[in-house]
Formats: sequence, C-alpha cells, structure tokens
Amino acid sequence: MGLTLAIDFGSTYTKAVAVDLADENLLGVAQAASTVDTDITLGLHEALQRLEKTVGVKNLNPERTLACSSAAGGLRLVAIGLVRVLTTKAAEEAALGAGAKLVGTFSYGLSPDDVRQIEQMKPDLMLLAGGTDGGNEETILQNAALLAACPIRTPVILAGNKMAAHRARSLLESGGKEVVVVANVLPELDKLNVEPTRAAIRETFMRRIVHAKGLDRAQDIVGNIIMPTPMAALEGARLLAEGAGEEEGLGELMIVDVGGATTDVHSVARGAPSHDDVIMKGLPEPYVKRTVEGDLGIRYNAESILEIAGKVRIEKGMLFSRDLLPKQTDLGTAVKYLSRNIGAVPGNEEEFAIDIGLASAAVDIATRRHAGVIEEAYFPTGRVRIQRGKDLTSTKRIIGTGGVFAYGREPRRVLEAASYDPKNPESLRPVAPEFFIDERYILFAVGLLAGDAPAEALRIMKKHLKRV
Amino acid sequence: METPQTIKGTVITGVIGEDVHITGIRILEHALESAGFRVVSLGIHTSQEDFVNAAIETKANAILVSSLAGHAGAMASGLEEKCIEAGLKDVRLYIGGMLAVDEPKWEDTQKKFKEMGFDRVYPPFTLPGRVIADLEADLSVQRRGASGSD
Repeated sequence: MGLTLAIDFGSTYTKAVAVDLADENLLGVAQAASTVDTDITLGLHEALQRLEKTVGVKNLNPERTLACSSAAGGLRLVAIGLVRVLTTKAAEEAALGAGAKLVGTFSYGLSPDDVRQIEQMKPDLMLLAGGTDGGNEETILQNAALLAACPIRTPVILAGNKMAAHRARSLLESGGKEVVVVANVLPELDKLNVEPTRAAIRETFMRRIVHAKGLDRAQDIVGNIIMPTPMAALEGARLLAEGAGEEEGLGELMIVDVGGATTDVHSVARGAPSHDDVIMKGLPEPYVKRTVEGDLGIRYNAESILEIAGKVRIEKGMLFSRDLLPKQTDLGTAVKYLSRNIGAVPGNEEEFAIDIGLASAAVDIATRRHAGVIEEAYFPTGRVRIQRGKDLTSTKRIIGTGGVFAYGREPRRVLEAASYDPKNPESLRPVAPEFFIDERYILFAVGLLAGDAPAEALRIMKKHLKRV
Repeated sequence: METPQTIKGTVITGVIGEDVHITGIRILEHALESAGFRVVSLGIHTSQEDFVNAAIETKANAILVSSLAGHAGAMASGLEEKCIEAGLKDVRLYIGGMLAVDEPKWEDTQKKFKEMGFDRVYPPFTLPGRVIADLEADLSVQRRGASGSD
C-alpha cells in the first residue's frame, strides 16, 4: 500500500492526514474549517488543497481514503438503563467507548416527561438496556412500549436482559422503530460486555446516521465514513498500547485530550488492584475506557473550570513562569474573555500561561473522575482497602493529544496534572509515568488505519510521539 | 452454567456494612449453588443500596444478609423500607450470623430482626441445609402468584 489519506470531519475543523504506508512515513497534515452547515465537501476540498501544498504533490491520488466524523453534533445518543449505577452505567460505558456523545441518561421506568425530554434531545440513536440476563424484564418492556409509542424516528439498540429482548424488539418494531438487538451489556452483575454494543453503535452510525446528517455527500470523495472520531482516537490508543503482531505496543497507557468544550480521558488498562488485600466494589470497568467531561474545556467551558478548580489551582498551573506572578493577572476577566472568544489563540506569555493553568486544572479534575479511588477501612481484624474503578497507578505512559499539546507550551506541566498526587492519594492515577505528546495530532488517523495496516500505522505513530 | 429454566430462584448474598467476615456466607453460597439456586454474590462490605440495586437488576427472589461484626441492628435497619421503595415487595429478606453482642437471649434478637422486616433470622452455627429448606418453602409460595417468562 502507498499513499493513504485519513480524514476527520470535526465539529470545527476538517483535518486531513497523508501517510505513505509503504515507507511508513507521515507525508503531511492539514486542516480547514468544517462546512457542515453548507456543504461538507467545501471544507474537505480546502483541507485537501492545503494538504497537497504541505506534501508538495499536485493532485494527490490516494490508493485509499479513510474517514471519521464528529461533525453535525457528533453521534448524539440517549442511554436508558434500569439501576443508575448498574445497567445505566454499563450502557454509558459502552456508548462512550463507541465514541458517542451522551446527550441524555435515564434510569428505571421512563415517565411521559422523560419521553418528551428524549424527543427534545433529538438523539441520533437510543441505547436501551435493563436487567441482567434472567433478571428484571418489566422495566425494559415498559420502556420499549413507551418509546414505541413516541414519534421519535431514531434507531434503537437493545442491549438488555436476553429474556426480554425479543418482546422488546416486537414492541419497538410495532411502533415503526428500527431495532438492533445485541448481547446484554451487563449479562451478570460482575460481567460488563460492552463490545457487542460498541460494534452495533458503529455499524448503525455507518449505515444510518452518516446519511441522516447529510455527511454522505463527502463519501463520494472519501469513501465510507467508518466511525465516529472519538472511536478512531480510542482505536489508535488501543493499537498503541497493545501493538500489532511483531511490532510491540507501549503497554498500558492513558491519553488526555483537552478541547475547547470538553476534556476526554482514555485509558487502555486492566486497572486491577495493585495489592492483594484490596477488595473491588462497584461495576466492572471496561479495559478500553473513555470518559468525557462536558464541563471542562479551555474555551467554551473556561469559566466552568475556574468555578470547579478555583483560582488557586489555576494559578498554581501558571506559576512556571517566575516573572509572571498570577497577581498581575485578573484571572476572572481573562477567563471570561476566553469563554466568549472561543477562537482565541494565545499571543503573549500571559495568555499562554492562562491556557496552561486552565488545561492543567482540567486534566487534574478529568483524570480524577476517570481513575478509580481507594478507601481504607479499619476493623478489629485489620485494615481493608476498597477500590472502586480502575487502578492506574502502574500505568507507565500518559499521552497528550489535541491543540493544547500540539500548539501550546509546557505540555509536560499540563500532563503532570494527570499523574498521582500525594495530596490526593485516594485517586489511583499513574505514579511514575513517562509523558508524551501526539505532536502532529494524528492519533485519529492511526486509529482509522488500525484495521487495515496496524503495524505500519503503529510505527508511524511511534515516530511522532514526542517525549516531554 | 445453569439455564434460567432450571434454577430454583435467584438470591443475592453479601456481608452487610463494615464487616469483613466472608467465610460463613461463602460456605452458604456453595451450598445454595449446589442446591440449584442462582447466587449473585456481593462479597464483604456491602451497603444496603448494593443489595437493593442487585436485587432489582437480577429480579432476585431473596436477599441473604450475613453479619458477624455484632452490630447488624444498626447496619441492616432500613433495608426493608428501601426494598419497598424500590418495588421489591416480593423479595424475601433473610439475615444470619453474630447479629448482636449485647443481647443474651436469642429470642429477643430474633424478634428484633423480624420487626425490622426480615422473614428469616438465623443464629450462629446454622447449617446451610436449613436455609435451603426455608428458601424452597418460601419461594414455592411466592411462585404461585408469579407470572411466567418466555
């Protein structure tokens, strides 16, 4: 295989990456503003023209083009389960792992108000779970009947109690809904099974949602849009951790992606307890786990970071520059400006420092939410440690991806906020990790290539991971 | 693994509250599985919410609470009310172990836990056979009113 293009139709930018798979070379990266509202192909052509200039070739004639998309609002998904901390959480894990954007989450029986809310959320897809296999049937059937009767014409993925699956399908189909039945996302309380649901979400995305969003015009040029962008990033992370055949991976890792509106954290790690005397509680965790923090972003949600983290935490992140004492900066005003000028690019020392302060606070909070926690309890018989979530203390690599790492300053400072903090020892984050950045912002492209040319894609990714 | 058609019922087991004594309930779990029950084991240090949530998702017939720390009264109080709130009115509640350290008379302890909503209350050294026989009797009554599944 020779020249291959990977395209990401993002909400803001359409990105194009050119690689030569035979030489295992990254030829170029370019981007242009996305044009989903008018004609998605305009932004694509612009990005491709810029890519041609970067690569230095007129009329790129790729052997293959692969694409992913998070444009037009991303893959908007509503997840419905039974118990909040059990099947609902399992459904959320599967949806996030498929790269979906969770626009609503519901538990127990849906009320008529809930159904109206779901209608207003205009989801692209609904994921209906509930009951372990052989467990509760009433709720998923009742919810299926309510959704069948509502006017939403959104496909439904059924991933609940297998004993109720066929009746739930019939109910939904009688209401004119398209239904995909997959294995229960939580077949037993201690067994999470996200892969069948992830695969069904991806398949429905390709078959239905790309068309429904009007993205299919681009498919004449780039071929099928094969997955949502966050899923491509996750696949890239998985390949990087696990390796491909002879080509070794980096081992268990964590990836942080700080954006303008959200902060994503991915971990590819088993997360098992690191000591024998630890007891696990709570739902099992997915090996490839993604969390999305909708309140942490360094532009749209800059004010929200300030509110959650506090001034002191952000200033701590800014303190790297000795002649730039935070006292000189009116943080509140600066943050407000950023939240209203989402395209703002830092131009001077102070602005870079504020971005670093905001990003490191966002990374700190987002990774604390992502990683597991351990608590100690003392009994007459001795100490017991109880773990909820993933133990990432032995994870050896943290990788930063996204604009703040590719174009910002002090990436190591931002990434250090993702590691273990002796002041918060209950949070099971990596203790002594190495830090890397996805220097050219190509993780999504590597994820897209992972299916066809994993070893080549992995070697290209390794070349462009920069240790910081 | 047993198919749902052949199982006698689903039971949730666990050691309630701040208590790490696992041996008793493990023995009972093995006996229950051998007798044809589906056992959903929550292990030690299980909160009331964990018992209730597990019972909802698995459509359990009974919750079997173990406690050896001696203050089960405080830790199990309110479980019945939570079950009622969660719509689990048909779920049988059993409790056993070293339930109290300050009450010399077993009858008093038993009475107290019955009043808290437990259908069966077992003293220390109860053999699994007795629990299994009680479950079989209680669940056969319960099943008469239950609807079938596909």
